[in-house]
Amino acid sequence: MENIAEYLKQERGQEWREELRKSMKPKERLSKDRVQMIEEDSFLRAQSHIEVNRGITVQMAVEEAKRCLDCPDPTCIQGCPVSINIPKFIKYVEKQDFALAARTLKETNALPAVCGRVCPQEKQCEASCFYTIKLKKIPVAIGHLERFVADWERNSGKMYIPEVAPSNGIKVAIIGSGPSGLAAAGDLVKLGYSVSVFEALHEPGGVLKYGIPEFRLPNEIVDVEIENLKKMGVEFITNFIVGKTATIEDLKAEGYQAFFAGSGAGLPNFMNIPGENANGIMSSNEYLTRVNLMNAAHDDYDTPVLFGKKVAVIGGGNTAMDSVRTAKRLGAERAMIIYRRTLEEMPARVEEVKHAQQEGIEFLNLNSPIEYFADKNGRVNRMRLQKMELGEPDDSGRRRPVPIEGSEYDLEADLVVVSVGVSPNPLIPASLPGLKMSRWGTIIVDDKEMQSSIPELFAGGDIVRGGATVILAMGDGRNAAAGIHRYLQNKNKK
Amino acid sequence: MNKIISVDKLSENVVRLEIEAPRIAKKRKAGHFVIVKLGLKGERIPLTISSSNPEKGTITLIIQKVGVTSHKISILKAGDEITDVVGPLGQATHVEKIGTVLCAGGGVGTAPLLPIVEAMKKAGNRVITVLAARNKELIILEKEIREYSDEVIIMTDDGSYGKQGLVTQGMEEIIQREKVDKSIIIGPAIMMKFGSMLTKKYNIPTEASLNAIMVDGTGMCGACRVSVGGVTKFVCVDGPEFNAHDVNFDELLMRLGGFKEEEYKAYQSYLEGLKKETV
Ligand SMILES: Cc1cc2nc3c(=O)[nH]c(=O)nc-3n(C[C@H](O)[C@H](O)[C@H](O)COP(=O)(O)OP(=O)(O)OC[C@H]3O[C@@H](n4cnc5c(N)ncnc54)[C@H](O)[C@@H]3O)c2cc1C
Ligand code: FES
Repeated sequence: MENIAEYLKQERGQEWREELRKSMKPKERLSKDRVQMIEEDSFLRAQSHIEVNRGITVQMAVEEAKRCLDCPDPTCIQGCPVSINIPKFIKYVEKQDFALAARTLKETNALPAVCGRVCPQEKQCEASCFYTIKLKKIPVAIGHLERFVADWERNSGKMYIPEVAPSNGIKVAIIGSGPSGLAAAGDLVKLGYSVSVFEALHEPGGVLKYGIPEFRLPNEIVDVEIENLKKMGVEFITNFIVGKTATIEDLKAEGYQAFFAGSGAGLPNFMNIPGENANGIMSSNEYLTRVNLMNAAHDDYDTPVLFGKKVAVIGGGNTAMDSVRTAKRLGAERAMIIYRRTLEEMPARVEEVKHAQQEGIEFLNLNSPIEYFADKNGRVNRMRLQKMELGEPDDSGRRRPVPIEGSEYDLEADLVVVSVGVSPNPLIPASLPGLKMSRWGTIIVDDKEMQSSIPELFAGGDIVRGGATVILAMGDGRNAAAGIHRYLQNKNKK
Repeated sequence: MNKIISVDKLSENVVRLEIEAPRIAKKRKAGHFVIVKLGLKGERIPLTISSSNPEKGTITLIIQKVGVTSHKISILKAGDEITDVVGPLGQATHVEKIGTVLCAGGGVGTAPLLPIVEAMKKAGNRVITVLAARNKELIILEKEIREYSDEVIIMTDDGSYGKQGLVTQGMEEIIQREKVDKSIIIGPAIMMKFGSMLTKKYNIPTEASLNAIMVDGTGMCGACRVSVGGVTKFVCVDGPEFNAHDVNFDELLMRLGGFKEEEYKAYQSYLEGLKKETV
């Protein structure tokens, strides 16, 4: 940690940074208002899949960058799971050197265009910004700036492709192409490893592709990042399920010396209440996969999707918000969130909730389904809800929802999306009997280098955390890459 | 991309494709299936692996024309390519020597049944197979099934081949004649339902291979869920074979109709399109 502090200090001490700091009085910086993200009109956007946040202009970005005080003790960095050198990149924005700003992001973050869009900054960097913690003011819009820089670089047509060490010929396999796998692949290929990413689906990207919708994260942005990894030499092998198409043992025999499992938390949970298997009731994974990965809402694609007039989405996470907003875009007259606590406890990002409200999503908070009813064809048409009230705080610190006796009532719904969490994907563990698992089905690893009980297998992302965020998954991928590097260096020395 | 090596027509609506898939050919066991996607805009559909040739690196799939995707696949030719093939998926059939095994295949269900018949025979069982279909034309793979069965009984609804009657009549005849230790039934959900009611009456342990609607085939979406013994299971990872006596076939039947309207419309407009092309 010491040398990191030293490095930050050195960077901060550079002449250009000193000059910039002096160019404007702190008071003046403090007097500026935070930039507002340009948003697509809520009425128009709810009828299309175009991205809601349109980005900010160069001028807006530079003005926002001026708000950053370039603190001697940048607490924001501690709030970032991958420790982006935040003041440095922001000061490059102020200096209008966007290419170097982009390079700064990429020192530690392989997917800035993605993170700038989907990270819960309000809980991370921006929550640790000097403005927030010391001044009790609105923080610098770090997330908007990150996105601005990444988009600027992509649109400039001159994307910086990080340098790659000469090949050392050592084969490493990455299992799963979600953010953890992509981050691990990027770091390992830079170190000279010969990296193959195995993906079960027909397209790489994991949740970024099949889960998060176009209006929040266009697939094109993910594809550009994957293309860059390919340019750096990463090989992507789709339609390949490790544990089925070939086992880790098979891959070892083919020369792979280390493995990173970033296989995600793919298994959707259901509530196991009566009637839940009726037609028209599905997991958010199924709903979003049909729409996002399979393009089911387009006539010229073969996959079908059900359109609902009265759509109820059960849950309060990002996945629930994405599902309900998708339903709205597919023509729902009523698109409703059914959540058993209140807005305050909702795990979804604040921005998503705000956008959902703007788009006319109804929030039926303190409600929980207890039964579903179907028509003669088996299609859901009604659900029974029970009202809840908040009781004592539970283990997570949130107040526990308690059912109110006798409060049951019926609500019409012809499409129900169940979004009550996921469990870790069991494919890898099932094929490795010796692997140490937690009782929640996650792979147990040491938290520094992400090494599992099988020395050549490292793991990270949702398969270890049981459901987290893009940035935490990426951080894991990077730590695991460092762990794999150390492991292989030691092993090949012997 | 997986290249098609050969295509042959088994009946008016059923074709057999041999395709290149070396890794799957090496790993697959009886009971496994693959998910196939045709073209960039295609949907993902499950197909049982009917047989494989690990030396040649090929697997065979049998497809009945029932909707857009199966139709598109059924008109492919040798040398064409299938965009995506992933597998082998699902749990392999539990194969052991138990004595006499009564296998029943309805319609295109004979395709997934074939590898099981083969495996059961090779494990040293006495295998009796009942094949059933609406008419003679729809009885497929008879030669291959005979190769691995001690006895084959054919039942057609219209009596155009074998005996006239339903699959359950053929099964019951055997059950009354000799001791059956296990039964395996594969075919349309309605046929499996009645077949399983029959074997339940005689207390014969029975497996059915369920043809649920799927998307990913890896346990990620839950589209394929069924109730088995009152518990929700995912066919793609927990199955496709289950204890038939515990399966809620009525729910399966209902769920199979989940996209009926959408599928019907899509197929009609696809067929319209085909007509226009040929005019
Ligand atoms: C709808 C939705 C919205 C979300 N919104 C946000 C958000 O706004 N902000 C945020 O930070 N987080 C969000 N999350 C959470 C975030 O997406 C995940 O935490 C993150 O994607 C986890 O990354 P991962 O690398 O662990 O795995 P995943 O992204 O889950 O990828 C795993 C990949 O591995 C593949 N795979 C699995 N098993 C195998 C195998 N055996 N062989 C080969 N491939 C395999 C899978 O097919 C998949 O592609 C959201 C999640 C969802 C579902
Ligand atoms: S097909 Fe998606 S879980 Fe079985």
